Amino acid sequence: MSISTAPSELHELSVSALAQALHERKLSALEATEHFLARMRQHQDLAAFLAVDEDASRAQARRADARLAGGSTAPLEGVPLAHKDIFVTRDFPTTAGSRMLAGYRSPFDATVVHKLAEAGAVTLGKLNCDEFAMGSANENSAVPPVGFDAPRPVQNPWDRARVPGGSSGGSAAAVAARLVPGATGTDTGGSIRQPAGFCGITGIKPTYGRASRYGMVAFASSLDQAGPLARTAEDCALLLSAMCGPDPDRDSTALDRPAEDFGRQLGASLDGLRIGLPREFFADGLAPGVRAAIDGTLKEYEKLGARLVPISLPRTELAIPVYYIIAPAEASSNLSRFDGVKFGHRAKDYTDLMDMYKKTRAEGFGDEVKRRIMIGTYVLSHGYYDAYYLQAQKIRRMIADDFQQAFQECDLIAGPVAPSVAWKIGEHGNDPLADYLADIFTLPGSLAGLPGMSVPAGFGEHGMPVGLQLIGNYFQEARLLNAAHRLQQATDFHLRSPAGF
Amino acid sequence: MSAPLIHGYEVVIGFETHTQLATRSKIFSRASTAFGAEPNTQACAVDLALPGTLPVMNREAVQCAIKLGLALGSHIALESIFARKNYFYPDLPKGYQISQFETPVVQGGEVSFLLGEEQKTVRLVRAHLEEDAGKSLHEDFIGQSGIDLNRAGTPLLEIVTEPDMRSSAEAVAYARELHKIVTWIGICDGNMQEGSFRCDANVSVRKPGAPLGTRREIKNLNSFRNMQIAIDYEIRWQIEEIEDGRSIQQATVLFDPDTGETRAMRTKEDAADYRYFPDPDLPPLVISADWVERVKAEMPELPRAMAARFVADYGLPEYDATTLTQSQTMAAYFEDTARACGQAKLASNWVMGEISRRLNTEEIGMEAVKVSSAQLAALIGRITDNTISNNAAKQVFEALWSGEGSDVDAVIDAKGLKQMNDSGALEKIIDEVIAANPANVEQYKAGKDKAFNALVGQAMKASKGKANPGQVNELLKAKLG
Repeated sequence: MSISTAPSELHELSVSALAQALHERKLSALEATEHFLARMRQHQDLAAFLAVDEDASRAQARRADARLAGGSTAPLEGVPLAHKDIFVTRDFPTTAGSRMLAGYRSPFDATVVHKLAEAGAVTLGKLNCDEFAMGSANENSAVPPVGFDAPRPVQNPWDRARVPGGSSGGSAAAVAARLVPGATGTDTGGSIRQPAGFCGITGIKPTYGRASRYGMVAFASSLDQAGPLARTAEDCALLLSAMCGPDPDRDSTALDRPAEDFGRQLGASLDGLRIGLPREFFADGLAPGVRAAIDGTLKEYEKLGARLVPISLPRTELAIPVYYIIAPAEASSNLSRFDGVKFGHRAKDYTDLMDMYKKTRAEGFGDEVKRRIMIGTYVLSHGYYDAYYLQAQKIRRMIADDFQQAFQECDLIAGPVAPSVAWKIGEHGNDPLADYLADIFTLPGSLAGLPGMSVPAGFGEHGMPVGLQLIGNYFQEARLLNAAHRLQQATDFHLRSPAGF
Repeated sequence: MSAPLIHGYEVVIGFETHTQLATRSKIFSRASTAFGAEPNTQACAVDLALPGTLPVMNREAVQCAIKLGLALGSHIALESIFARKNYFYPDLPKGYQISQFETPVVQGGEVSFLLGEEQKTVRLVRAHLEEDAGKSLHEDFIGQSGIDLNRAGTPLLEIVTEPDMRSSAEAVAYARELHKIVTWIGICDGNMQEGSFRCDANVSVRKPGAPLGTRREIKNLNSFRNMQIAIDYEIRWQIEEIEDGRSIQQATVLFDPDTGETRAMRTKEDAADYRYFPDPDLPPLVISADWVERVKAEMPELPRAMAARFVADYGLPEYDATTLTQSQTMAAYFEDTARACGQAKLASNWVMGEISRRLNTEEIGMEAVKVSSAQLAALIGRITDNTISNNAAKQVFEALWSGEGSDVDAVIDAKGLKQMNDSGALEKIIDEVIAANPANVEQYKAGKDKAFNALVGQAMKASKGKANPGQVNELLKAKLG
């Protein structure tokens, strides 16, 4: 791509192209930051941002420019990014999309935020998300977005009447609308892959433990994992390489594996690659338009030399009840710290301690969060623990075993990210089960802790984007990213912009 | 010996002891554990449970658990699991306590001790690692409670026994022995007033042979004295309840040191459902067999073993051996002295006698002892080689303790305490005493022992206390025929 620094086209540049232009001093970090801040202001009706602080961003950009002037070779020096509001930050408030944390300011940066800053990134602001990352549509955000007085759902840039997916909906919408070249997200049961799919961009959730969870407001500890969203696999590789690595002093579940260059395999041949297609991912209930788009990209893979192999993940359907036991169980405990005593919201009037707890939590949490706290409390209760939580853990192990069985026969697994394209805002109404069921294809990989990604695969019903999900075995991120990269060299879905952006 | 019955009831007691581990930093964070700092100055982001914080295990706390397991002959689980105990309270920042539930790090083991002359053994169920909560300060603010989170996250080992104890005296003896062990192996400072060693006693009574009675748990036993008073009160209370035809309700009771009574805090009905589950923030705690071996190699000799060795090697009575092994410093002091002077029993007498008396009077510990073991050994050496008498030795000791002198021989010279061992000079004195006290001589010869003692006294007086009393005895007897 030839680089023109005409401000109107800056937002079309990929993360790697921006980084290159910055290193070549064709562009300053401050110019890039100003450009994206202007984009953000121009499109704030998307409701993608929950917090900006233009001066803080400019200050970071100026520091990046000083480092560039000093010959910095940091891979993301001066590249503007934004963070899902689940990551705590010193320079911006952190709400996790909840009234409970309205105005909360962390005294430290999340490890992922810190690592990206060390790599040179400039933070443009904090991105909208479902409250405590609980949701599949970003309709559960309880915090007013930048430019608004009341909470409102994030809009999908491809059809503003539709949801962007969730819970990293703000991240996906902002990247798709070119408000940011790349963003961080978190994925507990599909919260990076599904919104990336719904918004026609690329996103990857690495192997559980690759990225430190320190500074991520916890939803479900055994599932939460950070990852990047960007337009290309190449950009995702660049961002992911900066985000991962051990964090032995802060997160005991972060893996003791050195950071690696996840882009090292980009361009490698796919000749002979065995792509497993789980029968259960292509069953009834898959929207025909989604199916057609997936089939189309699978044909591209065959052209690239890959071989399609039928496989089975027999417990796919069980992933839904298992996930919706384990994740709420952990959440019910993780969210106990929001009690009005130390930080965050506290009810104004109360009679005694118990009253303070009840009112604080009743006021501070939204309905979906309360629902999951109640489910989680129930499944951990005396007399129910064995029947629910323990049983779910056993099936979780079997689901992980099913994947290992499948990886005997294939190198990667492919299928749709979700059974349908993005639905309309409000369409699922008061039916949380409809949201839960839509997670069916992303949950199994999450429960197994496997790396997974979403790659633009064309368009389905209503002209909305379709995401192809690629799942790799543990630590196969580089291979996954290359498979996505090769597809992106052969297709242009990832380069399409939604009208008006 | 069968258990003592009280009004026909057998007493059954089990213990849970929260032992604060003597680590520098907290169990899951890097904040300091030092006692007594200004409220909330030793609580970091992790201890405050700020969003995004996560626990990271303190290696030193694990090492303490290994030491305890080795000291008590327990099984040390090479893989144990941390669990969350969920409940809401303002001094519990996360809304759950990280503890161990189904798989604790220390399993089984026993504590043996003497109750009077009798050897007792209490079996342990387990000891698990957990974090302490903060402190609620209900008295410092009117109409409000203060929260101090300095203690939040302090590492604890909760040591749980089987219900093996049958009297308050046995319970206190157990607690004393456990206290001795944890301070001996250096995992706890043992300060009960500061809450470093907190005992809860589970007490029930039953008719002999009957199934276990319903237990009540007494909390807040912060001294051995209170422990005995509280348990005795609780036993009487439970027996009276049963005798009056009422049944005991399972409950947690608090001991009030001012009234000497226990009163119920909560009953089983309002017991919380803690919703224990494995903490997903902490992988299983894995201890290598190698690590256990390394700790084992560095373990000090334990008090019971050391006492047995003192009996065998030094010929000390059991009582002396047990007393001298109350603390590592005392035992080491004794042994250094005994080795240096070669007189173990004399060394024991001095340590248990003069040294202990002075430490008690001045309310200081063995660490602050003012006469070194080398000085004491030199002093004992001068007694056994007849340079000085026992009485003179006490004067020398006094001078050493007060700092008046530091060299034993120099003090003896300066004070002129050397015994008169020259028999020629002594004979002269004795001849004079016999000549000057004809009445006593007469009486002695008539068979009155008292008169002989008076003559010895006169001779000692004439020698200004420097004569060796044994020698005076011998010479007098010989001369008086």
